Amino acid sequence: MKIPVLRIYTIGYLLFLYCPILILPIFAFNDSTAVAFPLQGFTTEWFQNVFHDAVLGKALKNSLLVAASTAVISTFLGTLAARANTRYQFKAAGPLMGLIMLPMVLPEIIMAMALLVVLLSIGIPLSLFTIILGHVLVCTPFAVAILTSAFQSLDKSLEEAAYDLGEGPFSTFRLIILPLVMPGIISAMLICFTISLDEFIISNFLGSGEPLLSTFIYGQLRFPKNVPNIMALGTILVGVSITLLALAEFFRRRGLARTGAKDSGGFL
Amino acid sequence: MTSAKPTMIEFKDVHKYYGDYHALRGITATIQAGEFFSLLGPSGCGKTTLLRTIAGFEGISSGVVLIDGKDVAAVPPNQRPTNMVFQSYAIFPHLTVAQNVGFGLRKDPRSAADKARAVDEALAMVGLSGYGARAAHALSGGQRQRVALARALILKPKVLLLDEPLSALDKKLRENMQVELIKLQRQVGITFILVTHDQEEALVMSDRIAVMFEGQIAQLDSPERLYRLPKTRAVANFIGTMNFLSAQILSEAGGMVEVEVQGFGRLQLDAEKQVTGAPTATGATIGFRPETATLLFDGQQATDRETMATVEEVVYYGDMTYYDVLLDGTSAPVRLSMRNVFGRPVLDIGTRTRVGWSPGALVLFR
Repeated sequence: MKIPVLRIYTIGYLLFLYCPILILPIFAFNDSTAVAFPLQGFTTEWFQNVFHDAVLGKALKNSLLVAASTAVISTFLGTLAARANTRYQFKAAGPLMGLIMLPMVLPEIIMAMALLVVLLSIGIPLSLFTIILGHVLVCTPFAVAILTSAFQSLDKSLEEAAYDLGEGPFSTFRLIILPLVMPGIISAMLICFTISLDEFIISNFLGSGEPLLSTFIYGQLRFPKNVPNIMALGTILVGVSITLLALAEFFRRRGLARTGAKDSGGFL
Repeated sequence: MTSAKPTMIEFKDVHKYYGDYHALRGITATIQAGEFFSLLGPSGCGKTTLLRTIAGFEGISSGVVLIDGKDVAAVPPNQRPTNMVFQSYAIFPHLTVAQNVGFGLRKDPRSAADKARAVDEALAMVGLSGYGARAAHALSGGQRQRVALARALILKPKVLLLDEPLSALDKKLRENMQVELIKLQRQVGITFILVTHDQEEALVMSDRIAVMFEGQIAQLDSPERLYRLPKTRAVANFIGTMNFLSAQILSEAGGMVEVEVQGFGRLQLDAEKQVTGAPTATGATIGFRPETATLLFDGQQATDRETMATVEEVVYYGDMTYYDVLLDGTSAPVRLSMRNVFGRPVLDIGTRTRVGWSPGALVLFR
């Protein structure tokens, strides 16, 4: 009999990848502080704890603020870079785009340390603002990648047509280009938001001690009795992340359908 | 077509470089007001570049482009009295048909109701009445084309530029649109400039055609003159099919040229009507179109001259049959096109046959 090697490999691969995440909701509803089988019973106590934890509430508020700011700034910068990259041809474009995309692959801990040294040496106090700066650095490449594909799928003659029909460069951008890449912009914002929300290294290095979700979770893991709470929080975060990414993909595909472009693959 | 019409567009020694690439090499031509003018040539010949210099999307490296007497070097596309139908139609996919057609009226001071009426009229003109509320991205290729036309014509430009507007349509639809475009042009009286690589399309639609090769205009003439008396063998080959036989010029006198033609013998040709091209070192050539010579079937008499030949290839097209025949005394076959009249047989390969021809239908390329 032939052994379906590839099929076994694929199933094993997916199990390895997603089993740990599946553990989260299981123990989030388990009526025991010990994260161990056998399961003890069903409870929503941990979720209630999560909703009543004042520090967690503060962390959530900070994280949402940071993530939203990061999403807006990164997407704005990404729009400019992607537009320049797709619309104009100039010698420095290649190296410049390389530098913009570099934070995607640079070790985050190196960037976090470097940023910390620079910020301290020029005397900028650590705050949520410095965290936002760090997150923008990490998120902008993702925004650029998504928006470049959105701009590239635009037929250049659409722009020329608007120009031909009497519009200037700015009104053409506003009336034609912006509406057509809007799905890409929304998709980029959602992905930057998601990345910022669960970013830990930069948040930990550049923070002033104000709690963020990621640093809060890390801190709580030291207390065994709090672990189930973290499981419940993690379950919520996984749910929110999947929802946001699905939304982002939905907008990306709608953008493609609108411009009638071919799907060249997205993040999902 | 009459030369009394005023000039609408004038090119004076226009050159265009892309880096080292010399895309336009000294274009000098005039296009008359109200004319249906075509730029015809193979891809990469510069015809689209030339069209885009009129629209203002391409700057020129040297020379002058005049639109209605004004040098447009410093005029951006959004201020030129030209509008364009793009090859991809460039219909704004996020707008409705009416919003697309009315797009150019945004800065028009007329009232919203007047603009809506103008949009309706433009849609009616292209046969799309009642389509205004539809989403543009849901239209078929032919409908997009019409929307693009209406959108360009609503601004009443002095010149309408058409960049291969029919190339994306299937054959039947293309032929219908050719006729509609001609009618539309007569109706609105605007100068139409069409870019195409389809010689048949150019012949059918144009008042005059500029045939372009490698950044230069090889010939600018009416369709009939282009077909009948092409200036070069390259033009002759691009517009339809032409057979060539090598020839030798023996003497020229009194408006007549005496030539010795391979397979056809010694002939007198009219220097005015039948001789074309500049003298070349490579020697003269005689050209004739496939339909100007005929196979003579049993009992048929030649109206003028006749020569024996052997059938080498037969291509049957339903209404027509194309024969490649080797004329006695020649080394390469020539193509003849014969209408398939009822009762006439299709000859087999290898058949000996008579070919009727007429010296008056020959063209001498010197």
